[in-house]
Amino acid sequence: MKKQYIVLLTGICLILLFVFGVYLYKNHQIKKYGFMAQKNASTFIREYSQTLGSEDAKIYLVKFTDPGCETCSKFHPFVKKLMSIYQNKIKLVIRYAPFHKGADEMVKILEASRKQGKYWETLEVMYESQGYWASHHDPQPQRIWKFLPKAGLDLEKIRVDMNDPEIEKIIKQDMADAKTLNVTKTPGFFVNGRPLPSFGYNQLQEVVESEIIANY
Amino acid sequence: MTNLDQKTNANWTIIFICWIIAFVSTLGSLFFSEIMELAPCSLCWYQRIFMFPLVIMFFVGLFSFDKSIIKYALPIAIIGWGFAFYHYLLYSGFIPENLQPCSQGISCSETYLDLFGFLTIPLLSLISFTIIIALLFVSKRRLSK
Repeated sequence: MKKQYIVLLTGICLILLFVFGVYLYKNHQIKKYGFMAQKNASTFIREYSQTLGSEDAKIYLVKFTDPGCETCSKFHPFVKKLMSIYQNKIKLVIRYAPFHKGADEMVKILEASRKQGKYWETLEVMYESQGYWASHHDPQPQRIWKFLPKAGLDLEKIRVDMNDPEIEKIIKQDMADAKTLNVTKTPGFFVNGRPLPSFGYNQLQEVVESEIIANY
Repeated sequence: MTNLDQKTNANWTIIFICWIIAFVSTLGSLFFSEIMELAPCSLCWYQRIFMFPLVIMFFVGLFSFDKSIIKYALPIAIIGWGFAFYHYLLYSGFIPENLQPCSQGISCSETYLDLFGFLTIPLLSLISFTIIIALLFVSKRRLSK
């Protein structure tokens, strides 16, 4: 056999081996986290976790998010669309993975807004105004305050409530759970404990749909 | 004539093995970073800088066998080995933690992966670079004879 062929064949074999390894690893991960979902559901949803959707919903869509993450804000309308297509079947669970600089403060404001019953409004405002306060090269979290009145918040109350040490505990717990579940990027989605095989709108929709078929 | 052919063949095989090692190391490191999502620390990046091009260089050298590949590949491999050796010392605690260059971001001394209880990523890198350098020296000596 000519040497050139040997080289080419070896190269192709090595690449195929790599692809096969990727396939095995992904399958292993999906099984591992699916198994975990049955064993410790609390890693995915805690008592304090904010949820949206019907109490009877059988699909738990867990979203690890960071108010400063662009992709999270881009996914938000898509998740809401899914929830309106499958009404009363999906329950959205928000978990925090504040990886961005200054994102801790956003989570504190967000949690404080719960006391005023304006959680989802505040989250929307944060996502919408993200460009102003969360730029990567120069994050300026204090700029969010200009936008908060849009959510109908009492800012003075927010300033007091956001220092509640309970919120600090929530962030710590969520970060610990994110680590356990190997969430290193946001948004990190789990549908009934199943992670997405790869990241993307279609993948999320497919996993949600397969869970709906399995549960309804 | 046949003797000369055999000699070239053996040298070709040595470079071929070097290429496989570099290729496997490259794919392995990509597997760790892209699939297992273990973010590479800065020292890992320096080792990658000197490992990735070897795959292409050896490939070109093999395709139409050119023995001068040894001359070009050796310095790259040796520098890469230097980083790997330093990283390994850091990892195994011979260099104290406060002397390490990466203070922010991903720690260079935290163990992320431990295969069979002793094979860590820096050790794998050190092994690859060592074998490549050793093989290159062997073929260099053979050629100068």
